[in-house]
Amino acid sequence: MAAPNKGRRPAAGGQSKPGRALAFILIAMVALTGGMFWSHHTTPRLGIDLAGGTSITLKAKAEPGQESAINKTNMETAVQIMNRRVNGLGVTEAEVQTQGNDNIIVNIPKGTDSEQARQQVGQTAKLYFRPVLTAAQGSPTPTPSGSPSPSATPSAGGKGTPKATPSASGKGTPSAKSSPQGRAVTDALKASPTPSASKSGSPTPAPSSSADAQAAAAKLQQQFTALDCDPKKGQAAKAGEGAKSTDPTVACSQDGSEKYILGPAEVDGTDVAKSQAVINQNGQWIVQMDFTGGGSKKFASITGKLSQQQYPNNRFAIALDNQVVSAPTVSSTLSGSAEISGSFNQKSAQDLANVLSYGALPLSFQEQSVTTVTAALGADQLHAGLIAGAIGLGLVIIYLVAYYRGLALIAILSLVVSAILTYTIMALLGPGIGFALNLPAVCGAIVAIGITADSFIVYFERIRDEIREGRTLRPAVERAWPRARRTILVSDFVSFLAAAVLFIVTVGKVQGFAFTLGLTTLLDVVVVFLFTKPVMTLLARRPFFASGHPWSGLDPKRLGAKPPLRRARRTTSAPVDNPKEA
Amino acid sequence: MSKLGTLGARLYRGEVGYDFVGKRKIWYGISILITITAIVGLAVRGLTMGIEFEGGAVFTTPKTTVSASQAESAAKSASGHDAIVQKLGNDTLRITIGGVDTAKADQIKAELAKDLKLPAKDINADLVGPSWGETIANKAWTGLIVFMILVVIYLAIAFEWRMALAALVALIHDLTITVGIYALVGFEVTPGTVIGLLTILGYSLYDTVVVFDGLKEGQKGITKQTRLTYSEMANKSLNGTLVRSINTTVVALLPVAGLLFIGGGVLGAGMLNDISLSLFVGLAAGAYSSIFIATPLVADLKETMPEMKALKKRVLAKRAAAAAKGETEEEPQDAAPFDDEGDDDAQTAGAVVGQRRQPSRNNRGKRR
Repeated sequence: MAAPNKGRRPAAGGQSKPGRALAFILIAMVALTGGMFWSHHTTPRLGIDLAGGTSITLKAKAEPGQESAINKTNMETAVQIMNRRVNGLGVTEAEVQTQGNDNIIVNIPKGTDSEQARQQVGQTAKLYFRPVLTAAQGSPTPTPSGSPSPSATPSAGGKGTPKATPSASGKGTPSAKSSPQGRAVTDALKASPTPSASKSGSPTPAPSSSADAQAAAAKLQQQFTALDCDPKKGQAAKAGEGAKSTDPTVACSQDGSEKYILGPAEVDGTDVAKSQAVINQNGQWIVQMDFTGGGSKKFASITGKLSQQQYPNNRFAIALDNQVVSAPTVSSTLSGSAEISGSFNQKSAQDLANVLSYGALPLSFQEQSVTTVTAALGADQLHAGLIAGAIGLGLVIIYLVAYYRGLALIAILSLVVSAILTYTIMALLGPGIGFALNLPAVCGAIVAIGITADSFIVYFERIRDEIREGRTLRPAVERAWPRARRTILVSDFVSFLAAAVLFIVTVGKVQGFAFTLGLTTLLDVVVVFLFTKPVMTLLARRPFFASGHPWSGLDPKRLGAKPPLRRARRTTSAPVDNPKEA
Repeated sequence: MSKLGTLGARLYRGEVGYDFVGKRKIWYGISILITITAIVGLAVRGLTMGIEFEGGAVFTTPKTTVSASQAESAAKSASGHDAIVQKLGNDTLRITIGGVDTAKADQIKAELAKDLKLPAKDINADLVGPSWGETIANKAWTGLIVFMILVVIYLAIAFEWRMALAALVALIHDLTITVGIYALVGFEVTPGTVIGLLTILGYSLYDTVVVFDGLKEGQKGITKQTRLTYSEMANKSLNGTLVRSINTTVVALLPVAGLLFIGGGVLGAGMLNDISLSLFVGLAAGAYSSIFIATPLVADLKETMPEMKALKKRVLAKRAAAAAKGETEEEPQDAAPFDDEGDDDAQTAGAVVGQRRQPSRNNRGKRR
């Protein structure tokens, strides 16, 4: 629906084939309804205001001198991290979204410990650098990686070992996959040569003397074996949950392709002063990090130790919220600043730089508002909204019947079709895109009744104008359509534009309203084109309408039609003109 | 209702007509008066901002027998601030306390629970920081400006820039009236109000577009005739689309009215009510402005075009000539039906500006 269509060609589903359009919309309705029942989402997902829950609004606060830290990228990173956190609580439908430049809204459905959520959500990300003790493929199922290790140490046996023994050197070979998962492996600090020997990692994570430590190590080993990093299994986010930064832990890579046993944190995120993605002399994307004073000392000491080790123990994991973002190998002692190179593209380099900066940046969040809504209040409001909607609909129907008589039947049928489409789409959009019907959205749907009915009025009035010109119904219906269509398209486009702007620039509650309004406006066009017009064409053939029954709403006499058309227009002086007829 | 149908027919044929465009000075005057009132109201009384803009807390109690005044004093003693207490339809209380910061709300909630003898966990607390509403308001401004620019571009393409400009003026006019009413009546401005206001944007224009569409059709080939000036044509088109415009507005208002009176009546206050109130006011203003402001403005703008000026000159000249002729030749005219052109002109000249649709169909010779 862009510029109005000036063409006068018969509309799709015009007089010739009204059945086709009707069949199409009928199939669409059946499919949508079927899909709704098949997916067991027979009611739209209710928003927090209607179902109850907690809505937390957080505002980003920058430390003095760091105001630029509040930018879009950082905010988005923060949303990602928070999302991981709230959904790590076992909540499945929590929503985290940015609002404006510096707000983040966290909506947590009822049945969650909102106190806990409040605490978790507001914290800054925990970023640690931990040495890699052991690494293995992310999932126990031996998915043969397409890249055999070039050094092929027979002892490793690598890719084939079905049991995910910690020794599995896995697919940890530097031959690059371009996806980030490949990157984590191929990253090399300071352009380190690719690890030549992928010696199978020693199964003992940290040789220790005391029995306690051994028990702990064994336990860790067990956790490691059991860990399945397949993102779909949902274990990844919880791996090593609650582990102290001073203890060894297990962790998954962010994409789930690798799992690790990690040593105690050696350097933490706040030690990174700055991080950025740059292109080096060879034209490759690398990530540069600058450490703070204390940070560079710690970093020098750990890289010094690591560079002495053999693969994979010379690897160094960058773990954010206990998920490994990247685990490059270290070849020499580094301090002050470091570069991470590997098969980065611009985006992956920037992402990593962002993660590094974010963990270090003093971007903290302050609670703006915490809204607890019980379901009872929402249910009341929903109830009132639905009653109001029903009454509004009733009033519209009464008005239409009183004014348009028989034509109102078409309008009401169209409204019903529109309602069915709206409802099923809303129900399906819940699981689909996370659409939740909140109170403003209900309001939008009610307001939309008016918009939808407006289109019929535009069309009906056009038809009546044509009848007033003296045409019989069938040609009137066809002639009125192109003109009505243009008006409907232009005005619906304006409505849609308003809804779209509202949707894009606003957030939260307002978005629900705008979304509903936009959706119903689109559906209005669909219904008018594929239902109202074809039905009108079909009914125009019925004698009740065609003969202009007084109750059809198309009674030429009542409409004050001209008598049947003269053959020629304004030939001479038109002396046969009826005297004033109205 | 059927009378309206007959009226529609008569309007369509131009048998009856209201001279909206011709009397535009009156409407402009009224609108300017309303706008001034709105601005004065805004300056003197200002807008009553909801707690979303001031910061504060809203507590909702479960069903209770505690009276509103009891609750009010309890809330006041608990918070140290004035409280607004509303009794909702289902015997629950809604207690709004402005100027309360987030940290204090839990304490107030606990005290309220004690004073009102209600379990604390059943009291809903809705805490709002002052910048929350501010963010929404800022967004609203952005949205408003972006929308206005886009819609002016679109209307300029779909119609022409003069119509786009007139629509924009009408839109601003609607918003001013709505805001003015809010200031004068003292309705509370909440994010719901802002949402409603933004929705008016699209909706008020819906009506304007319906009217302009008729106008666009009417102006086809206007320079090729000498019966009507642009303003007269505009008025005729406007009358032709009047029923359509009234009907669309009525039908749009009905669900909103349902929301406002029923939804609001049952629940006292809340977002439903806020949205529908501003929608209702804005829609009514929008219907008024598309008929009384937008179209006359287009006519005014068009009349400044050289070809429209020329047209007006021709029309008036012809009319003057015909009038002179008509006065002297009134009798012969009836007797001389062959003089078709002259006949038409005489008719038009006799008619009140712009009300006649099709002079060829007229009853000749009858002057009004």
